[in-house]
Amino acid sequence: MNPIYKLNGVRQVYDGRTVLAIDRLDVLTGEVLALVGPSGAGKSTLLRLLNFLEAPTVGVISFRGQTLQDGRTSAKSGQNRGKMEFTNMVPLVLRRQVTTVFQRPVLLNRSVAANVAFGLRLRGLQAEPAVTEALSLVGLESLAEQPARKLSGGEAQRVALARALVVRPEVLLLDEPTANLDPYNASSIEAIIQAVSSEQQMTIVLVTHNIFQARRLAGRTGLLLDGRLVELASTRKFFDDPGDPRTAAFVRGELVH
Amino acid sequence: MTLRVTGLALLISTLLGTPVGAALGLGRVPARWLVTTLIYTGIGLPPVVVGLFFFLLLSRSGPLGELGWLFRPPAMIVAQVAISLPVVVGLTMTAVESVDPALGLQVRALGATRRQTALAVLLEARRGVVSAIVAAFGSIISEVGAVMIVGGNIEGQTRVLTTAIVLETGKGDFTLAMALGMVLLGLAFGANLLLLRLQDRP
Repeated sequence: MNPIYKLNGVRQVYDGRTVLAIDRLDVLTGEVLALVGPSGAGKSTLLRLLNFLEAPTVGVISFRGQTLQDGRTSAKSGQNRGKMEFTNMVPLVLRRQVTTVFQRPVLLNRSVAANVAFGLRLRGLQAEPAVTEALSLVGLESLAEQPARKLSGGEAQRVALARALVVRPEVLLLDEPTANLDPYNASSIEAIIQAVSSEQQMTIVLVTHNIFQARRLAGRTGLLLDGRLVELASTRKFFDDPGDPRTAAFVRGELVH
Repeated sequence: MTLRVTGLALLISTLLGTPVGAALGLGRVPARWLVTTLIYTGIGLPPVVVGLFFFLLLSRSGPLGELGWLFRPPAMIVAQVAISLPVVVGLTMTAVESVDPALGLQVRALGATRRQTALAVLLEARRGVVSAIVAAFGSIISEVGAVMIVGGNIEGQTRVLTTAIVLETGKGDFTLAMALGMVLLGLAFGANLLLLRLQDRP
């Protein structure tokens, strides 16, 4: 399979502290890639880079064959400006092929349907029937006209998933999507992820500290520790026959540094 | 007259003030601390001083005297914009700042451009933005010092409700003054009702 992303020598530095240092990472088209690791390992930072919400301080990210410049050339004065410039520098058509579902979804203070329609509106696309389809995919058609701010945490996360899926992204990034949810909502989200992965061949990068979730969903799994990719292997090998002692320890549920 | 002057001034302040307030609230302006301090000073500016400033600016011998705006409605509108603009900018800024900062990031992750992100955040702050406009309206409909100085309180031309009340009170016609006061209150009530109805929309 072709890589959809290629990362080379990517470093992300905040206030002189290196939070991410990935020498090489390929994300394959259509795969479900899980990245596990303790909190603070740089997982969310990596997703922000993959969604082009920030520019790397150093290094090159190429997406679908297009090479995107690193922060040295874009961030001339200050980090904030660098982030904004990167977002604006990445062609909109590319940027709009990727979207993220965050651990804590922030919905717009409008109806559920308006929230799901949001991404389509941004792109100047018709809302229906896509919105109704997306809502039925997450099992929330009946709540379409409800104010989104009144939903429970699980419902809100399913709306967040619907508003991401409705734009039919090439890549879906999931940042701890079930960490705040009860088991029922967590497994319903997992089922939806599995369905879109197998039916739409969507590339999915899942960041989680839940190794069981990675095992259930991912084709390949990687371990991030202190911003470094310790090991990346097929999920089966990662769990059954890890190549690195730190992976073995993490899989056993031990504290690793 | 009152409604035309105040309405136009409010419209101009809103159109200019909300984008500036949004930009400030999103932290995209250089030397933000200075701008913020200036705005808060502007909110506290005594209208009489604003009136005096524009009087000097627009008087025949002043730098903008050639416009011939003094003692005419344009001068009153300009003065009222000067009074209400800091209110709109300052309160819009506060409203935008109170929106969850994660919203902007998540909206961008859904593919919003910079402008679309700012608009989404501004819409999310709409209750606060309407409050800003209401406060600005209150600051200029009830204002008497500035319109008196730059308008001149000329009957049928630049006389507004507040200046008329001052005049009638001075003449000792308290009944008429009270009546005008009631009209002013009614106007303010109606306008606020309209604005707040806007706020309650989902």
